[in-house]
Amino acid sequence: MSDTVIRVEALCKSYDTAAGPFPVLKEVDLAIAAGEFVAVMGPSGSGKSTFMNILGCLDRASSGRYLLDGRDVATLDRDALAALRGRTIGFVFQGFNLLPRMSLEDNVALPLVYAGVERDERRRRARELLAKVGLETYAASLPNRISGGQQQRVAIARALVNRPRLILADEPTGNLDSHTSEEIMALFTALNDEGITVVLVTHEPDIAQFASRQVRFLDGRIVHDGPTVHTPATEPAPC
Amino acid sequence: MLSAMLGEAWRAMGANRLRTFLTMLGMIIGVGAVVLMLAVGQGAQYAVSQSINTMGSNLFIVLAGPPSSGGVRSASGGGATLTRADGDAIAELPGIDVVAPVHSGSAQVVYGPNNWNTSVFGTTPDYLEARSWTVAEGDAFTDSDVRAATRVALIGKTAASNLFGSESPVGKTLRIKQTPFVVLGVLASKGQSLDGRDQDDTIIVPITSAQRKLFGTPFPGAVRMLMIKASSAEAMPSTEKAMVALLRQRHRLREGADNDFMLRNLTAIADSAAETTRIMSLLLGAIASVSLLVGGIGIMNIMLVSVTERTREIGIRLAIGARERDVLLQFLLEAIIISLAGCFIGLFVGIGGALLVNALTDTAVIISGSAGLIAFAVAAGIGIFFGLYPAKKAAALDPIEALRYQ
Ligand SMILES: Nc1ncnc2c1ncn2[C@@H]1O[C@H](COP(=O)(O)OP(=O)(O)OP(=O)(O)O)[C@@H](O)[C@H]1O
Ligand SMILES: [Mg+2]
Repeated sequence: MSDTVIRVEALCKSYDTAAGPFPVLKEVDLAIAAGEFVAVMGPSGSGKSTFMNILGCLDRASSGRYLLDGRDVATLDRDALAALRGRTIGFVFQGFNLLPRMSLEDNVALPLVYAGVERDERRRRARELLAKVGLETYAASLPNRISGGQQQRVAIARALVNRPRLILADEPTGNLDSHTSEEIMALFTALNDEGITVVLVTHEPDIAQFASRQVRFLDGRIVHDGPTVHTPATEPAPC
Repeated sequence: MLSAMLGEAWRAMGANRLRTFLTMLGMIIGVGAVVLMLAVGQGAQYAVSQSINTMGSNLFIVLAGPPSSGGVRSASGGGATLTRADGDAIAELPGIDVVAPVHSGSAQVVYGPNNWNTSVFGTTPDYLEARSWTVAEGDAFTDSDVRAATRVALIGKTAASNLFGSESPVGKTLRIKQTPFVVLGVLASKGQSLDGRDQDDTIIVPITSAQRKLFGTPFPGAVRMLMIKASSAEAMPSTEKAMVALLRQRHRLREGADNDFMLRNLTAIADSAAETTRIMSLLLGAIASVSLLVGGIGIMNIMLVSVTERTREIGIRLAIGARERDVLLQFLLEAIIISLAGCFIGLFVGIGGALLVNALTDTAVIISGSAGLIAFAVAAGIGIFFGLYPAKKAAALDPIEALRYQ
């Protein structure tokens, strides 16, 4: 594999609770190279979301190192972290997290506003991305007018609009039925084919089959890390 | 960037129209009150300064009769102890410019079919000098008119228009209490006096004519009032003492006896009236400013609620690349827009209120551009001041905490 996008060394995270610090991640080591498609799996409460939030620069580790593109994010200030979230990383949430009062086009264009892109260019790119996820006809609609699967596609379009090199998705299909899930996964696969690194959390082995590498968490530690073993029943279906 | 932010602020405000309007209402009332109170206060100050300007400067008046008896002020000029000779003696004192004896009363005046009740002043030409009153049309009467008690008159603008309409009164003969007087001139307009009387509703005649033909005197040479102009404001206190001493001596008042006259420093009274009006308008402005402050606190309150309500939204924005200053600007803009819009509407409400007050009560109001500008600057300042804390609170949110907020 070529250059490493994500390198995590002895990463620990504990939450402060009333009963004292509660360790969630315990000495996690992981390296992900550019262009990989990684599925993160594990039982509920094993620390997957906590890990993804740290990778997405939404949260900070308690100890250990996280190097993104070789840079230690612990050394970055708030503005630099904002720039990473806006330009380098595209984060996709389980709950879509679209802004309810904005049209789909404005939702998709919002990261460009913060990146200082001109209005016409913002429009053009937002439309282009909406077309890419097959929703250009809904550009002016509000998020509550479309289905969950469509909302997740808009959220993916928003994550992509600033041309990130890394997509992080925390259970992107968690709220969707299996057919819609496969559509979303096909989208991720296509993005990965374009060279974008994709890391996604999922509970379902079927979804994990789309990835080329699977990492399994258990109780805050990585207990398995290896290439996907394809089973005949879960061949990626065309969308 | 800014236009996108403005659009967002607009959308956020539109999402909760009633709340936005009520928040704005606080500012509307605040700014409206300030503008209205400034207009009324400045109007009052202007009216007072106008009256003072028309009164004449460095003036004393001496009225016949004691200042008060048994706590009740007797009708001024009742005890007829003041004479023209007193006036002549005062005129000899240092620091005195002119002394004008005045004998006045109200009288029915007739010209042709027109009938008008006005105040008639019997005096000398010095009165016009003391009051810096000029003749707009025709001529003033002279000292020889006073000596000869000729029946000539000067007429004020209001009396003239009521008696003569659009005709020129100069050279016409009118009748005061049946006695014919020839109008020599029309006085320049002076407007309202400090106590609210129309100074142009008057007729001035030689004092001798007034005493002999109109009002009569208890004894020859008696006058009801002396109008005295000092040569300078600085000279007034010492002149006042000298006049009191002189009059007491001339009236043969014993040590300890009450004055049988009343001396008033008109300029000091006017100054205190001006001061009173100034304080009143300051007070009005201060009270109105409190409502502006309350409006500002209303903005802060609503912005704090808004930040809390939109915590999750802020989290999403931070997750997709918003910097601290983007969030700060977003909330600050909202506060400023509400504040400015409220101010703008309040400006019109205040001006409308001032015009209404003017129309309904005839009170002078002054709407100055500077007051409007100040109101605007203050409103923008309030928007920034009271919007800054909630905006900072929003900007300082931690992305993951904000995203977890339900
Ligand atoms: N803010 C928090 N404060 C305290 N404890 C937390 C907090 N967030 C998560 N935890 C705890 O950390 C542990 C790991 O949570 P996390 O959300 O990372 O799990 P997960 O693997 O994503 O689970 P799931 O599959 O259900 O999403 C859980 O036990 C959870 O209770
Ligand atoms: Mg999770």
